Amino acid sequence: MLEVNNINVYYGPIHAIKGVSFTVNEGEIVSLIGANGAGKSTILKTVSGLLRTKTGGITFMGEDISSAKAHKLVHKGLAQVPEGRRIFLRMSVRENLEMGAYTQHEVTHANLDDVYARFPILKERSRQVAGTLSGGEQQMLAMGRAMMSHPKLLMLDEPSMGLAPILVEQVFDIIRVFHDMGTTILLVEQNASMALAHADRAYVLETGRVTLSGTGAELASSEEIKKAYLGG
Amino acid sequence: MSKKPLHIKTPVRYLINALLFAALLFGGRVLIAGGGVSPFYVGIVTLAGINIILAVSLNMATGYLGQLPLGHAGFMAVGAYASAIFMTRSGLDPAVAMPFGLLIGGLVAAIFGVLIGIPALRLKGDYIAIITLGFGEIIRIVLLNIDEVLGFPFTYGAASLKGIPETSTFFNTFLLVGVTCFAIHTLMKSRHGRAILSIRENEIAADSCGVNLTYYKVMGFTVSAFFAGIAGSLYAGYLGILNPSNFSFMKSIEILVFVVLGGMGSMIGSVLSATVLTILPELLRQFAEWRMIVYALLLILVMVFKPSGLMGRFDFSMGRMLENIINVLTGRKTLKGKGGKTNG
Repeated sequence: MLEVNNINVYYGPIHAIKGVSFTVNEGEIVSLIGANGAGKSTILKTVSGLLRTKTGGITFMGEDISSAKAHKLVHKGLAQVPEGRRIFLRMSVRENLEMGAYTQHEVTHANLDDVYARFPILKERSRQVAGTLSGGEQQMLAMGRAMMSHPKLLMLDEPSMGLAPILVEQVFDIIRVFHDMGTTILLVEQNASMALAHADRAYVLETGRVTLSGTGAELASSEEIKKAYLGG
Repeated sequence: MSKKPLHIKTPVRYLINALLFAALLFGGRVLIAGGGVSPFYVGIVTLAGINIILAVSLNMATGYLGQLPLGHAGFMAVGAYASAIFMTRSGLDPAVAMPFGLLIGGLVAAIFGVLIGIPALRLKGDYIAIITLGFGEIIRIVLLNIDEVLGFPFTYGAASLKGIPETSTFFNTFLLVGVTCFAIHTLMKSRHGRAILSIRENEIAADSCGVNLTYYKVMGFTVSAFFAGIAGSLYAGYLGILNPSNFSFMKSIEILVFVVLGGMGSMIGSVLSATVLTILPELLRQFAEWRMIVYALLLILVMVFKPSGLMGRFDFSMGRMLENIINVLTGRKTLKGKGGKTNG
């Protein structure tokens, strides 16, 4: 579904991503893990059109998207939950969700009811201003909003960031639910143990390169990973 | 409490607003025609109307789009001169030429809005302020220096463009105030308006929702410039004489003060503060040298005690107010639940 082929990305003179390739097949949960500065978010930003590759190609559903603008990709079925819960703080919860369906031209109530069914708390607070939600609720809102566009592929950038462990569990449960609904998922995470436990396949990044890849279970049991990321 | 709170339907709300507005407009006209109001006051009220259009249009770019342009007087100047040159050269009867003059003023300003908007809106925050400030000054200097083009008089520069038909009556001005407010209100209630508000709230999130940032920023900016051009055209028809010094940097600041004082993102705030700040200096004339001090003190006090502006982001709705009054009177609702939802 998504194919990233030997991409190189630069921040000015800094060579941030050095020839990274990976694929996401339809129906999978694929996870990119790595330490700070490994290039996880850079890759996600590149796929979503916020950054440009210098060389290499990105194709989504067989179409080259390496020079597509960010807002166009949403129309193609590629949604993103940006890092740090970027919600519209001064809009109501419902308005936030409606913005998620922006590409659909009209908000289908079935769509909204669907999200409310997954996140009862959002229904309860639908008229509340989003900025007054707790961190966990804001993350739910950001994810609910992304689902409003009925994406084929959902990209999540560190959804567990800054959340209490119990909320991290919840976030991953929701990712599962989305997956069961038929959404393919690309997940960027620092929380390697959670990410590996839920991913079908995963890629390990180190300073801009893919150093390891395999199924979630394989990587979780690999000595190298245990030492480097899982604290064991 | 079996009765449901009354809800007035949208078309009815619009009808109520339109009727009230028409009553105000024609009432004012009859009053003025009857000679009940001195021409001095009519002049001030008309100027307040022009300032309302300026404030509401800048509020579009500042309050709703969340940018900080400092060149609003530039768009106003372009509109004023475009319409004035048309009005003085067309040879048409002023009453016939006026709608065309206004449209030309608005459209020329909108074209400049697109031209300036595309490069300026690639930048963020402070940089937009500086680039638009520079633009405003360029406009003024150019208008000053193209007094003659190929030997034909054009703007007359510092000598002033004179003899513009004085078509900006109370009625014409406030008719356009209504048109401006209605157009911007309905735009902001639409899907496009929601997209514009989402950019103000969070650009990255808006982008990830599929909102075309450049398109909507330029659109918001252009609509803002268009109505500034309309206000400029009215201003030309109000003064009857144009000089580039009317459109200095201070004029842009004055308009910005209307918007900030009224509350960025509140249309009623812009309307009220433009009215008060136009009329107040005139009423304070008897205090001579003290009046600008009072004006400045008012600004400082509002900013200290209500930094979000007088109205914050509250938008007034006649329909909602009527609903509340009727609901309270008929006992369907207690006073506690009053106050409305803010609109952006």
